[in-house]
Amino acid sequence: MNKNSMIEIKNVNKMYQNLTALENVNLNINQGEFIALVGMSGGGKSTLLRLIAGLEKPTSGEITVGKDNSRSVMRMMFQEDRLLPWMNVLDNLSFGSKDKNTKAHAKELLDLVELGDYANHFPNQLSGGQKQRIALARALMTNPKVLLLDEPLGALDALTRRKMQDLILDVCQKQHLTTILVTHDVDEAARMADRIVVMKESTNYYEEDCPKNRNAGQIGIVADRVLNEILGEKEIQKQTA
Amino acid sequence: MQDSLTIARKKRKFDLPVTKLLPFLLPIILILFWQVSSTLGWLSSSVLPSPLAVLQDGIKLTQSGELPKNLSISLYRATVGLLIGGGVGFILGFINGMSKTCRLLFDSSIQMFRNIPHLALIPLIILWLGINESAKISLVAIGTMFPVYINTFHGISSVDPDLIEMGKSYELSKSQMFFKIIFPAALPQILVGIRYALGVMWTTLIVAETISASSGIGYMANNAEDFMDMETVILCIVVYAILGKISDLVAKSFESLLLEWQTTGRSNV
Repeated sequence: MNKNSMIEIKNVNKMYQNLTALENVNLNINQGEFIALVGMSGGGKSTLLRLIAGLEKPTSGEITVGKDNSRSVMRMMFQEDRLLPWMNVLDNLSFGSKDKNTKAHAKELLDLVELGDYANHFPNQLSGGQKQRIALARALMTNPKVLLLDEPLGALDALTRRKMQDLILDVCQKQHLTTILVTHDVDEAARMADRIVVMKESTNYYEEDCPKNRNAGQIGIVADRVLNEILGEKEIQKQTA
Repeated sequence: MQDSLTIARKKRKFDLPVTKLLPFLLPIILILFWQVSSTLGWLSSSVLPSPLAVLQDGIKLTQSGELPKNLSISLYRATVGLLIGGGVGFILGFINGMSKTCRLLFDSSIQMFRNIPHLALIPLIILWLGINESAKISLVAIGTMFPVYINTFHGISSVDPDLIEMGKSYELSKSQMFFKIIFPAALPQILVGIRYALGVMWTTLIVAETISASSGIGYMANNAEDFMDMETVILCIVVYAILGKISDLVAKSFESLLLEWQTTGRSNV
């Protein structure tokens, strides 16, 4: 593992009975880097994220996280908010935290996600976007070094989605978080990530580095290139014809 | 805009007592109709004594101490039986819900036992335990065990796997996982089981006290039947109805206390 490396994935394979979900995946993710995993459904993006999170074990290969290889430095945000409906917002944030100043820290994070007035609300009193912001705040409660995002914005409307993208980017940059985002949305990946990894047929076969401080035009160019890789140029030509 | 809000608020204030009183309307009309029918002689007192006569009988039996004594015995049997049966049902539901091995080992046998009507066990229980307290308490315990078991088992085994996975991602210990996720998620279903068990508890107690007892409300009704004392028979039935309603209200208030989160959101929408 090199000095800047945060996550190292070496020759990882994952089989479900006779089905190959991941085949010989190799990836190195640096500290503070924002990676987006994109690709068609069934390409193995979410499986890889779950393996990194330690929710499943690889059939073979090795995933190393940090120098101590400890999963406690990671927090995952899912497509569904997964808030506990019987706890209010503040308790949902404090859940799983061992810190003594939990409540004060939770209130700070609620202010960060602009939901400071909702501490005593229950999840069923919140909108989809608000729930996801609470889920983000909860993921940040333990001051993680790695943030794993499994299509967390997939169910949101376009405006809320854009606001959440900005919020996540802002938090990740300020806290220097290593972030892995799984998404179906190539534009989202091109807008947010430092590097885009395309997963196809159970392996990572293409990587695209994104320019820093990119403008809308550059985002579009990156998104098109990635889309070409996913679908193949012939498919794109067929669709535009 | 503000005027319409004020009108809406005033209307809500007026609506509240009406909604609270509405459930009592039908019983009150029925009792009035019953009383009028008895007074006008449409109903013979040997068939159905008037509500007033039943009330007077209730006052007389309360003053003599007979009703409070039998009531407290019945309540004691019901409570102890429910605590034992509910406790065993909860423990079995818990271990079978949490452990696949226990489920495979016990669930099939429990389901087989559950399909035997528990009242059919009365002759066997009398032969084993006689007609003392333990026989009646055992019968109530067996009757209340299954609703609590089924609902606890179902509640625990159907907890949203996404929430369990979320708990795993937070590296919760087994006890944290149970107390922070599994138990609260299963609680609504467990409370349904307890509420159902309360109904079974009274039914079982009535039958047990009618068949083999020397005290309790069921015994009082049975004894009154021997002496053709219709007022006391009706009084006992009314007492059972009131006890059933009170236990249901207690269960409901537990639900609203413990499941506040289910209603809080809805009221605000």
